[in-house]
Amino acid sequence: MCIDCGCGPTDHHHHDHDHQAPKGKKISIEEDLLAKNNRLANRNRTLFQQQGMLVLNLVSSPGSGKTTILETTLTDLKDELGFAVLEGDQQTSNDADRIAATGVAAHQINTGAGCHLDAHMVGHGVEHFDLSKTDVLMIENVGNLVCPASFDLGEDAKVAVLSITEGEDKPLKYPQMFRASKLMLINKLDLLPYLRFDLEKCREYARRVNPEIEIIELSCYSAEGLEKWYAWLRAQLSAKKYSGKR
Amino acid sequence: MHELGITQSIVEIVERTAQQQKAKKILSVTLEIGSLAGVVPEALEFCFEACSSGTLLEGAQLLIERVAAQGRCLDCGREFPLTELLACCPDCDSAACQIIAGEELRVKEMEID
Repeated sequence: MCIDCGCGPTDHHHHDHDHQAPKGKKISIEEDLLAKNNRLANRNRTLFQQQGMLVLNLVSSPGSGKTTILETTLTDLKDELGFAVLEGDQQTSNDADRIAATGVAAHQINTGAGCHLDAHMVGHGVEHFDLSKTDVLMIENVGNLVCPASFDLGEDAKVAVLSITEGEDKPLKYPQMFRASKLMLINKLDLLPYLRFDLEKCREYARRVNPEIEIIELSCYSAEGLEKWYAWLRAQLSAKKYSGKR
Repeated sequence: MHELGITQSIVEIVERTAQQQKAKKILSVTLEIGSLAGVVPEALEFCFEACSSGTLLEGAQLLIERVAAQGRCLDCGREFPLTELLACCPDCDSAACQIIAGEELRVKEMEID
């Protein structure tokens, strides 16, 4: 920042003073700004690996249906698999209450002004669960297609949820999130007859930003696609257990 | 707006190093920010003043070096400059491209008195 007028290096206005660098002793630092988060994320990952748990980080815009997908999934699979759910929101425990109503262990993290969950919050969040009884930990991130993409929580995979009311071009508008995700769930498929949503284009846009992304279309109301999602979940879990120390 | 948290990390990292060096004052801090790092430099500058006040960094100059994004085609191996996240290889038009530079978010150095 300029000492004289306080403008930054990205400002482009005329100056009647020089921008001279102060003369002092240069000390090299070379430290990554996300290093602390990444260190804590790796600690989480080691813990999850030891427990043989599958950990998914659900990311999307607010209102895409993440909580409804979780409620449906937990209701259908809770007798088969041990679940725990961490809920991230700026305020309220509404989502954790909805999850708890299914009978699955849930813990709410309120980020206050924060726009994303970080590895530190998740590390403490899982202290509320009996991890020896947990096969799958679902982390529902703060509804935000921007910031959560940059913060590793120690998860195995990010799952991006895109509901068809949001428009098919979201992967192009928020490429970082879809590039970081292993799976994209296209949700609210039952609304397709009422909307002008181009499913094929949406798939194409997602693959343009992430050629490797897997895509499943589903609806929690018509139950279409749910079996595919459950099959994906089981496959990820068995891959994790196979690679784990169990 | 996670620039605030990022800026707090900058202050933390620099103060720690400055204390190790027994510095009395920090004159400048240099960051390397990749063009695809998802951080807005203007927002960092805005937060820097607030976060540095009352610390060894108060009054320090914040210098930001932008790192241009560079991609590599996974099919033909060509390396090329990226202007955005969505890019196809200029040679073979493949969409399978890897980012090899542009995601940096690093405190490079500081200048102390």
